[in-house]
Amino acid sequence: MNPLPWLVALPLIGALVVFLLPVRWRASGSLALLVPVGFVSIRPLASILSQGTQSHAPGGWIAPLGIGLQADGFAAGMVILTALVIVPCSIHAARSLRGKPAEEGFWPLLWFMWAALNSIWLSADLFNLYVGIELLGLAAVGLVALAGSVQSLAAAMRYLLAALLGSLVYLIGVALIYAALGSLALADLKAYGSGQPTILIASVLMTFGLLLKTALFPLHGWLPPAHGSALTPVSALLSALVIKASLCMLIRLWMSLGPEAMPVVLAWTLGLMGAGAVFWGGWMALRQTRLKRLVAYSTVAQIGLLFLFFPLVTGTPATAAALAWDGTVLMLVSHAFAKAAMFLAAGNLVFAIGSEQIADLNGVCRFRPFSLLSFGVAGISLTGLPPSGGFIAKWLLMQSALASGQWIWLPVLLGGGLLSAAYVIRVLGNAMVEGPVRDRFEAPSLPLELSALALGCVSLVLGFAARAPLAWLRAGGPFAGGG
Amino acid sequence: MSTAALYAWAGVALSMLGLFGFIVHRHLIRRLLAYNIMGSGCFLLLVGLSQDGRGVDPVPQALVLTGIVVTVASTALALVIFRRWFRVSGESVLPEEV
Amino acid sequence: MDAQALLPLSVVSTSLVAAAGIFLLREHRHRLRTNFNLAAALIKLALVVGMALGVLAGNTYEFRFPLVEGISFVLRADALGLMFTVLSSVLWLFTTIYAIGYLEKSPNRSRFFGFFSLCVASTVGLALAGNLITFFLFYELLTLSTYPLVAHRGTAKALHAGNVYLAYTLSGGMVLLLGIAVLHGLAGEVDFAAGSGLRVLDPALDPMLTIVFVLLIAGLGVKAALLPLHGWLPIAMVAPAPVSALLHAVAVVKAGAFGIVRVVYDVYGTELAWRLEVLEPLGWLAAATILYGSIRALAQNDLKRRLAFSTVSQVSYIILGLTLLSPIGMAGGLVHLLHQGLMKITLFFCAGNYAETLGVHHIDHLDGIGRRMPATSTAFTIGAFGMIGVPPLAGFVTKWYLGIGALADGKGWVLAVLIVSAMLNAAYFLPVLHRIWFRSQSAPWPAEQYQQHRDTHPWLLLPTLVTAVFCIVAGVFAAVPFSPLHWVEIVVLPGYLP
Repeated sequence: MNPLPWLVALPLIGALVVFLLPVRWRASGSLALLVPVGFVSIRPLASILSQGTQSHAPGGWIAPLGIGLQADGFAAGMVILTALVIVPCSIHAARSLRGKPAEEGFWPLLWFMWAALNSIWLSADLFNLYVGIELLGLAAVGLVALAGSVQSLAAAMRYLLAALLGSLVYLIGVALIYAALGSLALADLKAYGSGQPTILIASVLMTFGLLLKTALFPLHGWLPPAHGSALTPVSALLSALVIKASLCMLIRLWMSLGPEAMPVVLAWTLGLMGAGAVFWGGWMALRQTRLKRLVAYSTVAQIGLLFLFFPLVTGTPATAAALAWDGTVLMLVSHAFAKAAMFLAAGNLVFAIGSEQIADLNGVCRFRPFSLLSFGVAGISLTGLPPSGGFIAKWLLMQSALASGQWIWLPVLLGGGLLSAAYVIRVLGNAMVEGPVRDRFEAPSLPLELSALALGCVSLVLGFAARAPLAWLRAGGPFAGGG
Repeated sequence: MSTAALYAWAGVALSMLGLFGFIVHRHLIRRLLAYNIMGSGCFLLLVGLSQDGRGVDPVPQALVLTGIVVTVASTALALVIFRRWFRVSGESVLPEEV
Repeated sequence: MDAQALLPLSVVSTSLVAAAGIFLLREHRHRLRTNFNLAAALIKLALVVGMALGVLAGNTYEFRFPLVEGISFVLRADALGLMFTVLSSVLWLFTTIYAIGYLEKSPNRSRFFGFFSLCVASTVGLALAGNLITFFLFYELLTLSTYPLVAHRGTAKALHAGNVYLAYTLSGGMVLLLGIAVLHGLAGEVDFAAGSGLRVLDPALDPMLTIVFVLLIAGLGVKAALLPLHGWLPIAMVAPAPVSALLHAVAVVKAGAFGIVRVVYDVYGTELAWRLEVLEPLGWLAAATILYGSIRALAQNDLKRRLAFSTVSQVSYIILGLTLLSPIGMAGGLVHLLHQGLMKITLFFCAGNYAETLGVHHIDHLDGIGRRMPATSTAFTIGAFGMIGVPPLAGFVTKWYLGIGALADGKGWVLAVLIVSAMLNAAYFLPVLHRIWFRSQSAPWPAEQYQQHRDTHPWLLLPTLVTAVFCIVAGVFAAVPFSPLHWVEIVVLPGYLP
């Protein structure tokens, strides 16, 4: 049995099943369903490693009319990443949302989101990707709105408008490409490259739409309110996975056109926007007074680092490009774990102190050290300090920048790290304050603490165990040759 | 100019009009309408462009059908969120900056 | 993976496991924590001694693990690394004993001892690191694990000190990382092995290598408190005494100095460093730091701050010795890594004893303290005389070797610096000793406790006395096998033989 269609179908079935369950069973039902879906998520990688890229055409319809699913190492890796992040977030949600009104909508939307994510990782044509990203946007907006507060509704609305605009611009690009090529399959793009002006215009439009959805500076305005005001597990999922989906589409689009297809000007624009994101996001994070808002701005900054990929693979030596691929993919993966961990930990801290304000953290280090530990562990990886996946990723990107002679990115990588250290330390320092503070704090239950800590630890372990995952993620991709 | 090209240009014009409205207006219902106009423009473009000189092509029809479903769903969601936002805040526009 | 490869790994992980265990202990399990701490320190010491004997017998211990393509995690026990490992594991044992006594009745002890162990794990890790990446990994881990120790008290002042400390060390770390990355881009992975990898590079790259050298030294110089980068050290003095002792004598400052030794001696190699003409300026910088630190120390009234500036000065002896390019000067510098550790930890223990027992922080209040606390004061005197370089104490051996090395290298100015610095040392230590022994008590002690003890709490006194004895032994028995000097000769000689 080919697992690819099931990766999309099972979460959809999950959404339906959970929706039909009474509200009080939705959490336990979802947790039970995690097991089979998690199991199926591992399958594609195993087959790719033994047999190469997997593909599937549902119903026997092949392109252009059919919907093609395809899994190379990168797609399979993302499928596993999704499962690995969703499982702890679900455990957290099962506990933190228990008995709250948001529980009713959270579980169906979570499964819906998972289906959309998997369909984005696995889609082999541009229109399918459009449907995927649109569904993902709807699920994500619904999840943000679940918090029900005035801020979260405004944030959800703002997010929805940005997402809708982004997907329509993307759709115009799809229309142009279909008109020019008569096909939307990613595999067919390579033959044409971006030599034709139509394809170039289309790609630029699609890029713009996806940038809006990825919230790259200066198009990031919707992200901090949405990620900062959503429920804790939702923020974790959005920052860890959802924004990565549009980024992966962007990478897929340009890598399908060929590594040389992107105009150097565009690549450098993206890189410079990324650099702007690193500094602006870091600076804004440093200035926040609310904990989750700080973490949300840190996401804005970290997205910027991922966009250094484009200048580093465009018109650079093959070794530099391969290093950039490895570095970006590892950055993406470790950021997913670390940011999910940090949001969950931030949620636990907010729960413990009963306030959103960073200044109210005083005394937490003494009375709730465990919650703070997860935050610190995630902070190490985000800052890119060793030993963590973030550090290795930063090292690879630095090596790529050196090998391609693009020294300009070195200060971005290093300065961005220092800025993130500064805002992480601001939180830790506030938590370490002793003195005339209260000694009564709420106690987050063990599942809440452990889910955050487990995610953080994975991002640290990636610092030592990145070699094999990187090899898997390269399989069948544009840099399968090695690095 | 062939009929198909006419459709395509009309699509471009509609999209631009929609985009303009989407950016200029602050009232959320107006923005939502602008989004729908822009969406229709896109679909027209998608169907019109690819029919040019190649006869009837079933693929864009299928795509547009899907696209319409997606747009309807998005609009519905937007309306729900707008209603809740209106109920809790009494505003029909989003606050300027947070 | 045989047992020989696992030994360095287990030395590092002993304290890592200890740290994890201590974090998990509940705050009130004091006795269990104490036992755990001491057991880990003793096990580690035993493993290290075993490894040292093995290295003398000609065994090699190497643990190698690829991180990603092109970089590996390498732990290797060579003579130089073991020297630093032995120093840190011995002093960790005594500092732990001291800290247990010092922090009795204070809160957050689980956190403190957890990070304390983590700090030692990283120190040992960077001592045994076999290449620059591994070194950097532990170097940054050290930064992270010392921050909670510096900011331990949680007062506004302590947090400010912690932030200043991090601002300096993390920025330094970034510069170091930049240097390592550029070097890696030029030469691939560089193992610590007397410049073998860099010597074969194209001479056209020499200017690049010089820039990288400057980056590396600037990055490491932050922790080693080289002249313009020393600002964090006096501010970090707000930390509890055992932390200051550890920071100054073993972990942080020494990590920087040790890193500079590694870069000059094992990455570039003396030959290449000579060709690039980078050692001469480094020597001047070290000399300037020596004099600057001593002069600033003169003006300090807070005892710990005076000791801090003394550290700024003393650590640069190590670097000065390194730039002399004669085996004897090199040996003098390296042996100071050990000797300064022993002497400075004694002095900080004593300062902690004064503060903890009588509440005395200022030098003005030391009058007549020799009569109230004779044992501590004797230890302080030994440490101070050692710093001045009075024979036959440990500090004398250092200065003697440095002086001979300077003359052998034909650098008369180094000798002048040494003499001036010794006089300055005397100028800032002798008045303190005068107050301790020859003045009578002028005012009641600010905050006296342990009145039932003749001197102070035994947990505080014992480590102080033991390290003071070490200061004498290291000087008197310098010529005996297994003395620090003897070990240093084992380290230095191969580098100068073809």
